[in-house]
Amino acid sequence: MGAYDFDHAIDIAWCPGCGNFRILESVKGALDELELDPGTVVFVSGIGQAAKTPQYLNVHYFNGLHGRTLPPATAIKASNPGLTVIAESGDGDMYGEGGNHFMHTIRRNPDITNIVHNNMVYALTKGQASPTTRQGFVTPVQVHGVTQEPFNPVAVAIALDASFVARAFAGDARQTTDIIKKAITHKGYALVDVFQPCVTYNKVNTYGWFKQNTYTLEDSYDPTDRDAAFRKATEPGKFPLGVLYIKEGKPTFEEELSLYRQDTRPLYQRTVDMEMLRGLVDSMRT
Amino acid sequence: MSIVFSGQAGQGLQTLEALLTRMLKRSGYNVFSYSEFMSRIRGGNNSTQVRVSSRRVSAYTRRIDLFVPLHEDAMERFHDRITQETVILGDRAFIEERYLDGHHPVLEVPINEIARGKGGAVYANTVLLGILAGLFYVDRGLMHDEIRMILSGLGEDRLQKNLDASDEGYERSKKLLKPGQAAVSIERTEEVRDEVLTDGINAVGLGGLAGGCTFVSSYPMSPSTGVLVFYTKKAASSGVVVEQAEDEISAVNMAIGSWYAGGRALVTTSGGGYALMVEGLSLAGCIESPLVIHLGQRPGPATGLPTRTEQADLQFALYSGHGEFPRAILAPGTHEQGFSHTWHAFYLADKYQAPVFILTDQFFLERRYNVPDLDMSKVYDQRFIVQTRADYRRYALTESGVSPRGIPGFGEGRVRADSDEHDEDGFITEDFSTRTAMVNKRLKKLSGLRKEVLPPQLFGPKDYRNLVVCWGSSLHAVQEGLDMLGRDDTAILHYSQVYPLAEVTAEYLERAHKKIVVESNATAQFARLVRSETGIGFDGAILKYSGLPLMPEDVCEGLNEKLGKKESTHGRV
Repeated sequence: MGAYDFDHAIDIAWCPGCGNFRILESVKGALDELELDPGTVVFVSGIGQAAKTPQYLNVHYFNGLHGRTLPPATAIKASNPGLTVIAESGDGDMYGEGGNHFMHTIRRNPDITNIVHNNMVYALTKGQASPTTRQGFVTPVQVHGVTQEPFNPVAVAIALDASFVARAFAGDARQTTDIIKKAITHKGYALVDVFQPCVTYNKVNTYGWFKQNTYTLEDSYDPTDRDAAFRKATEPGKFPLGVLYIKEGKPTFEEELSLYRQDTRPLYQRTVDMEMLRGLVDSMRT
Repeated sequence: MSIVFSGQAGQGLQTLEALLTRMLKRSGYNVFSYSEFMSRIRGGNNSTQVRVSSRRVSAYTRRIDLFVPLHEDAMERFHDRITQETVILGDRAFIEERYLDGHHPVLEVPINEIARGKGGAVYANTVLLGILAGLFYVDRGLMHDEIRMILSGLGEDRLQKNLDASDEGYERSKKLLKPGQAAVSIERTEEVRDEVLTDGINAVGLGGLAGGCTFVSSYPMSPSTGVLVFYTKKAASSGVVVEQAEDEISAVNMAIGSWYAGGRALVTTSGGGYALMVEGLSLAGCIESPLVIHLGQRPGPATGLPTRTEQADLQFALYSGHGEFPRAILAPGTHEQGFSHTWHAFYLADKYQAPVFILTDQFFLERRYNVPDLDMSKVYDQRFIVQTRADYRRYALTESGVSPRGIPGFGEGRVRADSDEHDEDGFITEDFSTRTAMVNKRLKKLSGLRKEVLPPQLFGPKDYRNLVVCWGSSLHAVQEGLDMLGRDDTAILHYSQVYPLAEVTAEYLERAHKKIVVESNATAQFARLVRSETGIGFDGAILKYSGLPLMPEDVCEGLNEKLGKKESTHGRV
């Protein structure tokens, strides 16, 4: 039993064979291998089946609103920079409802890890298209097939000069664990988009399909070359797996906050400075 | 005495307002100022009222004693407020023909010509400042001090030109009056010189700091932006994380995230922005997060009048958010309350793990007047976070409904917050009896909030025959309006907390023969709240929703009409 397991049996709400089980194991493996104290790890999620992941880990969690995973994750890190913050949710949550936050969180660059379960479908609401659904995919709402261009999260992240961009496939647990470990230890915002088969609502993008349509980046690949990364992220055909892009040396959101420069205490340890306040009031007398 | 300057956006009226009010206050006069302005960056017509008085003044009046037009179109919107008693001072070019008929007192001063002589039209405001300083017998050195203080960023050359321009204005003022004619005779008070001159923005901002605010996330929207700017200016020195979010949805979710991790967060917004925060409000209700929302009202619906004032979001604040959960709504009426109620909001939010509103409005935030102090002696920096043990349960059922609040990283336990219905540990549940217990637990906290309600304040005779009820920023206009009417059988009941409604409300209302409500909205929203909570209706309502602040004259005329003739004996036998 690892530090992130419960000492009792838990009821998991996912379908048998769901890719989420593999991702859960990879996340747990990464945390165990990094030997992070579970008391300092906070998971933040939105709503959906992927967003239930923190329920199955013995960690602190903030399971908030649909689409609103990244703003509280950013604030938690900014309020107590000593915590390890992992924002984990699905493609609909992160790229659809929360698309604006996705973009601006990359710009803000908090030191958090963002794991997105990308199964190219809305599962909990029973099979509608997600922003990453492939064109032509037929659903109960998109009855003639999806016509819109799928959202390319890794290309968007590289375009925004995100500090860490990776893609994994839930079917390869070892590789996914390694990528998540790199993302957690990376300083700055780290995106890990994880391809995840949905066994109930996506009969097209199956385990077999993902195996056939992905390949692992060669060892010689240089993730610091932004142009190459963008080409990889947008090339037609098979999807590359691995760390696509790293921008080192970007200051994090927390580092840019002036209040931590003189005083590194987290917010909860701070009290009202009555003398400072008195001074502010008195400055309005003259 | 009421002075109104009228000009265009971009003419520097705000600088003039700051200079003049500071200078007059330091000379021992009570001052009040308020600017009404259009939603544009240049042009249009804006005006500033400055009241100078021997007693405290905090209301915007219709009456104008001295009108200063600073532009050709400056008088257009004021024909109904300029009377034959109004002295018009300024450039002849800016005074409309109709006022040069000999029936209006006019003091012609070629302000622009003087300014050009001193280096350019930009010095017109300091020429005017000098004229007013002279009329009010302000010490010339003090005037120079203020100019140096406010305009220090201009550089030595332009600063000197401003000083010269003010001197020239000062000299001219002496020639405006006939020999022996007194300038302005308003009694000065020594104590006023060292009083605190503030607007509502600073009162709320400082109140937040007193309440231990450490996190502010917001998206700019008039009239709430000033509070965001306040914290930005104070961020480094006062230890506050300040972030301009990508939208209000992000802002409120950040604020809740910060509370979860041990921050003390505030959002500042206005109607439309608050509409985007509403799902977040419900989140705070469900995960039992403290949250302080400064809601600065402006007229709606939709974009409405962006730079004007109204009190029409009371019902919105009260009923927004899906599902059922407790909340408190504070509505400060004075700057002292703007300060004290904001730190009190942090206390309530933290103690009851619930959203607390500070409901202000554009008038409340922008008006400026002197107060003796912002009292810090009662500030209590009380915190309700607990260090968790290994068996910690975030939503433990308790008698009061309040579970001890832990935060991640402080103690041995796990802190699980869930927007789904949850069990005592914070895990998702669909167990019906747990659901019922959790709803009851959350609603029980309202009893605690009720026990700590700030009671309404009664002004006037205790054995009143008539009772005028108001809330929030309307207080001073109602007080001054009733003074104008001069009735000693009528009292005022002012609410600075509108929800939960104080239990004494029914008792106060039942004692009144006539009950009149005064509000800056069209549908008497507070009266509806009072009726739904007490079953008691009002006999009349004085309502204003033009976008301008409620004025004492509105109240005086309204009450005169609604109260009828005064009975020979007041009170009930």
